[in-house]
Amino acid sequence: MSGEIFQELRRCLLSGEPVGLVLVTRVADEVAALTPLASKLLIRPGATVLGSLGEPELDRVVSRDALAMLERGVSGTRHYGSRGEARREEIEVFVESFVSPPKLIIFGAVDFSRALVEVAKVLGFVVTICDARPVFATRARFPLADEVVVDWPDHYLEEVGPTLGARDAVCVLTHDTKFDVPAIIGALSSNVGYLGAMGSRRTHEKRWERLLEAGASEDELRARLMSPIGLDVGARTPEETAVSICAEIIAVRSGRAKGAMSSLRDGSGPIH
Amino acid sequence: MREILSTVDTWLAEGKRVAIARVIGVEQSGPRDPGATMAVNEDGEVAGSVSGGCVEGAVVIEALDVLATGVARRCSFGYSDDQAFAVGLTCGGTVHLLVEPLDW
Repeated sequence: MSGEIFQELRRCLLSGEPVGLVLVTRVADEVAALTPLASKLLIRPGATVLGSLGEPELDRVVSRDALAMLERGVSGTRHYGSRGEARREEIEVFVESFVSPPKLIIFGAVDFSRALVEVAKVLGFVVTICDARPVFATRARFPLADEVVVDWPDHYLEEVGPTLGARDAVCVLTHDTKFDVPAIIGALSSNVGYLGAMGSRRTHEKRWERLLEAGASEDELRARLMSPIGLDVGARTPEETAVSICAEIIAVRSGRAKGAMSSLRDGSGPIH
Repeated sequence: MREILSTVDTWLAEGKRVAIARVIGVEQSGPRDPGATMAVNEDGEVAGSVSGGCVEGAVVIEALDVLATGVARRCSFGYSDDQAFAVGLTCGGTVHLLVEPLDW
């Protein structure tokens, strides 16, 4: 039978609320009676801690550390004394931080967007489609999207831009300067980790000029805008293009998008 | 963890007992990071993974044993000169797991 900690962990994971799980993964024989292997704490920002490691001071110290790790979105192993003392090794815990899934906002309710929603869902993104044209931005055309919004990109980004962070992505696929430029300018004023815009090299060059006219700086465009969007894998169809875009999102997030991307076969570094 | 929830829900609704194996550490190369989770029910059915498929078979045996004893255990899989481990990762790394009954 599963109990209170699993049910609450499950609820948080399904709703996307941040939650941390502390698990005792090794314990010295002399303290195992008080703090058994697999003892747990469930950490939620602003809520009481569920569970116990068997010793109140240990609970207090580990909860404090686990909450700090959850706020930074990091997981890892830590060591403590039996009463939470630092620089001791009696108890090893694994702290797993479950943060909300990353967000992908796609501007442009086009056919390429439909394929991008499908691939991004495989990667665990919460996906929003945004387009100012109600005829195109419909739930029926994007059944897998978490949200379909009829709005102008700049207006929508004013609202959600402050919530975007390093793991999130914005893809601008409208093929229309009057939507592209405000979407890119809006995304640049957020902390979004990936920003890409679709278009041929010719479209890209014209758009670049318009972006400079709209107040973007050459430096920030070079640093942050992936345009033309995607890795050079020879994609032609919407589905292939979606894979190319998602591969680039992964590469940017893992810091491997600098310089030419190469096949693993042609490199020599570790693969994981 | 998220990816195994719907299968675990189904098993629990059927009244099956479930064990959870979780990667708690990786040395050198490992295909799945700490936190990767695999669930095993009392019939030996599996959801999720803790490696690239190299050690899952052995983990099922550990998980069924954990369900039989009701006691959590730590176990490690990797290549070792002293032949301490029967099952290894083909990539040469070592993966440490905590296997426990889902009774919490």
